[in-house]
Amino acid sequence: MTPLLQVRDIAKFYGGRIGCTDVSFDLYPGEVLGIVGESGSGKSTLLNCLAGHLPPDQGEVLFDTRADGPRDTVTMSEPERRMLGRTDWAFVHQHARDGLRMGVSAGGNVGERLMAVGARHYGDIREQALDWLDRVEISGDRIDDRPSAFSGGMQQRLQIARNLVTGPRLVFMDEPTGGLDVSVQARLLDLLRGLVRDMGLSAIIVTHDLAVVRLLADRLMVMKSGHVVEQGLTDQVLDDPQHGYTQLLVSSVLQV
Amino acid sequence: MKGETMIEIRDLEKSFILHNQGAAVIPVMAGAQLDVAAGECVGLTGVSGAGKSTLMRMIYGNYLANGGSIKVGEVDVARAEPREILTLRREVLGYVSQFLRVVPRVPTLTVVAEPLLALGTPVAEAEARAKELLSQLNIPERLWSLSPTTFSGGEQQRVNIARGFAHRYPALLLDEPTASLDAKNREVVLSLIEDAKAGGAAIIGIFHDEAARDRVCDRVVDVTGFTPVRAA
Amino acid sequence: MSDYNFAYLDEQTKRMIRRAILKGLAVPGYQVPFASREMPMPYGWGTGGVQVSAAVLCPEDTMKVIDQGADDTTNAVSIRKFFENTAEVATTEATEEADVIQTRHRIPEQDLREDQILVYQVPIPEPLRFLEPSEVETRKMHALEEYGLMHVKLYEDIARNGAIATAYAYPVKVEGRYVMDPSPIPKFDNPKLEMAAVQLFGAGREQRIYALPPYTQVVSLDFEDHPFDPSKADHPCALCGSEDSYLDEVIMDDSGRRMFVCSDTDYCQSRRMAGHVGTEGVPFEEASL
Repeated sequence: MTPLLQVRDIAKFYGGRIGCTDVSFDLYPGEVLGIVGESGSGKSTLLNCLAGHLPPDQGEVLFDTRADGPRDTVTMSEPERRMLGRTDWAFVHQHARDGLRMGVSAGGNVGERLMAVGARHYGDIREQALDWLDRVEISGDRIDDRPSAFSGGMQQRLQIARNLVTGPRLVFMDEPTGGLDVSVQARLLDLLRGLVRDMGLSAIIVTHDLAVVRLLADRLMVMKSGHVVEQGLTDQVLDDPQHGYTQLLVSSVLQV
Repeated sequence: MKGETMIEIRDLEKSFILHNQGAAVIPVMAGAQLDVAAGECVGLTGVSGAGKSTLMRMIYGNYLANGGSIKVGEVDVARAEPREILTLRREVLGYVSQFLRVVPRVPTLTVVAEPLLALGTPVAEAEARAKELLSQLNIPERLWSLSPTTFSGGEQQRVNIARGFAHRYPALLLDEPTASLDAKNREVVLSLIEDAKAGGAAIIGIFHDEAARDRVCDRVVDVTGFTPVRAA
Repeated sequence: MSDYNFAYLDEQTKRMIRRAILKGLAVPGYQVPFASREMPMPYGWGTGGVQVSAAVLCPEDTMKVIDQGADDTTNAVSIRKFFENTAEVATTEATEEADVIQTRHRIPEQDLREDQILVYQVPIPEPLRFLEPSEVETRKMHALEEYGLMHVKLYEDIARNGAIATAYAYPVKVEGRYVMDPSPIPKFDNPKLEMAAVQLFGAGREQRIYALPPYTQVVSLDFEDHPFDPSKADHPCALCGSEDSYLDEVIMDDSGRRMFVCSDTDYCQSRRMAGHVGTEGVPFEEASL
């Protein structure tokens, strides 16, 4: 089976400082990869390089496109990359405000990607929007409300709906539960797991929260100071950490 | 009914290296060998800390091996790619640990049905099987729509077992499956194990309860024999 | 003999503007930046249209200027006088006789010919501006043909008002490529954008020129289940009886009595000269000239 994503030797430097370096991995359809590390580990830099938000200084990111097979998204033209970002890829931001149009209604937010790829039937667009709001557990009677009237958890769920409406195959998530109340986090995690399984999504999730990663990710990559210090099955890395830093990280988690 | 060898372990070795304690090396296993055939149940014995759970976790891929091989069906877990192990866990190898770890808020019925849903089983069929198991294990129907995180220890253990038996795994690892269960439920679990054996599953179990062990295990293996002598 | 260079602007400026116009005609609907000059009227008073007209006028041309369809409003009169003084060209109120027509917010009712030029005054050239305030981003959207946001605006209209509420400056797609703001003409005029004359659009403050060559395909954006409707008031013109021209609503007195009359004054007059009379109109010969 062809990997959905093949990452080879990605590196990003800020002058003499290492953003991230020497990152290589394969991601297969249906797999969820977690990237953990503390502040400054380079995980967000890596995610942005992979998602096309930041140009890496080295390396390739080969995505198995529907039409042309594996293509390097780093050297792809900008129109193609933007098109990928609207259809086959999705990016869930840590702050919902960065991923939503706050001045547009919830229905408009969900419908935008559909309209961007040519949907021209108002009734159909609205119906799809209602369907997705239901899937992310937002009441349908809020379809015409602006996100500014929503709670943080609802905004985050709306962001997920907006991203998934075009059926992407790869979702990037940057601290998807950061800043949310604990009970709200639980609801969101459950939702994400269900969607990943039902839609056969692959996902790359950056987080500092090991509990999130244990619940959501099949595989785990641990980063420190821009380097990947360990990778493997999530439960193996967390239960039998090999690298000294991973051992420290795991033992530092507060038990409730 | 014994069939082909389903689980084959050769020369298995493991050490823990504690980097934050001055890189202390703790060898826990050396030269482990084990064969389990389809339809056979092997019990692991040995004193506490001898490495029973460790061996089980290594077979599941939860712990890394430092040497040797662990073949489950066609896959050598000690050497396999993460996604091969993931596929193995989904289709072939089941594991009932001592702890129930679930996403909060998911109803018990869904927790138990999940292994079948992950295989693409239609929801109705998966839930029917889950209901059957929950009933057998005497979990009252009023609890099926609640998350098991609020249940008692015994109830959680029974949900854990139900989940472990939802899919007919060809290979099954059971870590203390009858712990914290009363006589009635212990009986249910033992008959589930016998049922699985009859269906051709290769089973490795850790049982503190000698009666239970004697009932379902065809033979026992003492892991103390695999424990390396540690430097004083 | 005028002390001004022909049509006020120096020859180099006119050259620069003509280059921009040619680019605009070569890429219909694309907003071409140009170096808008300081004109002797403030921004917001038609400086873009005036610069474009100045660049395309020839000494033997006849010019017409209308504002909301009328030749006799203050702005139309001022601009017409401006060109009479600086270019000494003939001017007219008859659409048929004009070579260059400068207009604010309306398209003449009468069909225009291939040898005529229609110059529009444009306030905000960017149709996406209200949804996306960043110029960098909107330029990218045009370059990459990312127009999903435009339909989001229409979607929001329908969600909020039950129908697309945009009544003027209704966005259009040109030759299947660029989305364009046709200037604040009523949506009733949108179908006329497919015409035989050259159409030039000038925005002085925003410093953009765009253009539509003759017979360019112009399609108003809509949804399949909410098709574009070029609606107008459901009345005939009270003066000339016309059923298919765009009407102005005129409040007659304090009790709210109102009258609908053609917004295009030349059109109304032509019809009355031809003998058509509306409910409140008088036959043309009898009106004092």
